[in-house]
Amino acid sequence: MNILPVRKRKRRNIIPGFGLSLGYTMLYVSILVLLPLSMVFINTTTMNWSEFIETITDERVVASYKLSFGTALAAGILNVIFGTIIAWVLVRYPFPGKRIVDGLVDLPFALPTAVAGIALTTLYAPQGWVGQFFDFKIAFTPLGIIIALTFIGLPFVVRTVQPVLQNFNGEVEEASASLGANRLQTFIKVILPELIPAILTGFSLAFARALGEYGSVVFIAGNMPMKTEITPLIIMTKLEQYDYAGATAIATVMLVVSFLLLFIINMIQWVTNRKFLHS
Amino acid sequence: MAGHIPLQQTPTTIKVTTVSQEPKAIRWTLTFIALAFLALFLVLPLVTIFITAFQKGWETYVAAITHPDALSAIKLTLLVVLITVPLNAIFGVMAAWAITKFQFKGKNILITIIDLPFAISPVIAGLVFILLFGAQGLFGEWLFEHDLKIVFALPGIVLATIFVTLPFVARELIPLMQAQGTAEEEASLTLGASGFKTFLLVTLPNIKWGLLYGLILCNARAIGEFGAVSVVSGHIRGMTNTMPLHIEILYNEYQFSAAFAVASLMSVLAIITLIVKNLIEWKAKHT
Repeated sequence: MNILPVRKRKRRNIIPGFGLSLGYTMLYVSILVLLPLSMVFINTTTMNWSEFIETITDERVVASYKLSFGTALAAGILNVIFGTIIAWVLVRYPFPGKRIVDGLVDLPFALPTAVAGIALTTLYAPQGWVGQFFDFKIAFTPLGIIIALTFIGLPFVVRTVQPVLQNFNGEVEEASASLGANRLQTFIKVILPELIPAILTGFSLAFARALGEYGSVVFIAGNMPMKTEITPLIIMTKLEQYDYAGATAIATVMLVVSFLLLFIINMIQWVTNRKFLHS
Repeated sequence: MAGHIPLQQTPTTIKVTTVSQEPKAIRWTLTFIALAFLALFLVLPLVTIFITAFQKGWETYVAAITHPDALSAIKLTLLVVLITVPLNAIFGVMAAWAITKFQFKGKNILITIIDLPFAISPVIAGLVFILLFGAQGLFGEWLFEHDLKIVFALPGIVLATIFVTLPFVARELIPLMQAQGTAEEEASLTLGASGFKTFLLVTLPNIKWGLLYGLILCNARAIGEFGAVSVVSGHIRGMTNTMPLHIEILYNEYQFSAAFAVASLMSVLAIITLIVKNLIEWKAKHT
């Protein structure tokens, strides 16, 4: 007996404006995002391969990759540790003035990066309020860069971990405790695994932001070639010398890294969402 | 999602039972660490800005912020914001409408493209417009022949700012409108309302807090953008200097009090942004 294939009835969408809204969106992102970004790759092809490799593996440029990567990583780790503690305290412990403290966490998103940059430099300069208490230099060294990047990335980890902690099922903790686990065991074996995806997302967001950050870093870095010169600054310097090809080549490297990071962030969220759907 | 945290519920302390409560000593230590870290990294820089701004007295402060170059920087920044924010708001609503009310292929790719500006260094955001409209750029010669200036002028600053703030409103509205679905719009349309009327009277009231939230964040970033604008502005004093660029120039000339005076104005704006943002979060939770 032949069974007629069940025709999937397409639900007619009566909502208007599909052509207009999608068309407008496509036009807008094409002109303002895709076309400009494609220029980086198009301009890179005007260089030949050996020139390109030479530019992006120049000693000074490689030193900047190491610096940018290392300081972004250090700032990301600091933010993971302190961001998780801050999120934990904000969700779990009552203390006076909590609403204000909670609102303040977003300050790095609201404060212009240049303003943050000059404020941190003034604080951590050798004669500054904080800098004077240390025997070693903080501003104008990689340490200063780490401080600026930690400031910039602080809200990411807090704001990704906070909602997960808020929605955390307290019964699981009670079960763990009633089965004889102490508080530390419960934290490590029950709570932390649930927080890991959020912490990773927060870390990647902070790390991606830190790699490209310019405004807050230029003031505190000191910008010494080979020592405290971040990759975005090298692009800036090359532009000021009208070396567009060189600037574009390094921008290509940074763009590829950014795309990779974006991909990783989306993967983490995709895997996490799947896990939630299946459980 | 890259570089953006969507609207959330105002946090409330979770009630935990005694078995899942840490000893008092640990609670106190953790609270102390958290508050000390925030004081060191957030409060102290904020305090520094205001103290340094007023270090040389009220008159120096007023002189710094009423200097013609400062005033023209403030005007330029406002102008850039007035052009950028509405454009990105319209785009955000359009994009969210297309993405959440319809099914089409390549939707995820479109969302990723909208996210791109968050993942890219501001310096590169400026560079791309130099490559397009600079003297040696793709349209450079054509612009020169027609005596048009984009880079090192207002249009360049606006383009770079649009680029870096493009995702804010769209990113805020997409999850919100996704969660709301299409039932209310369908009801309105079935009852005979026009598409535009439906949007105005049904959709807009539903998304107003999310829209406002996105606007606030977009506005804050547009005011404060430094890297991208720095590349395309050309730093012409009194002409193409926005507030952050003006601060940089003053700072590099060792006019610290003046630099911090302008910085304090921007900090006040940032604090207002945070307050409004929290009010919106509270409103969104209670309506």
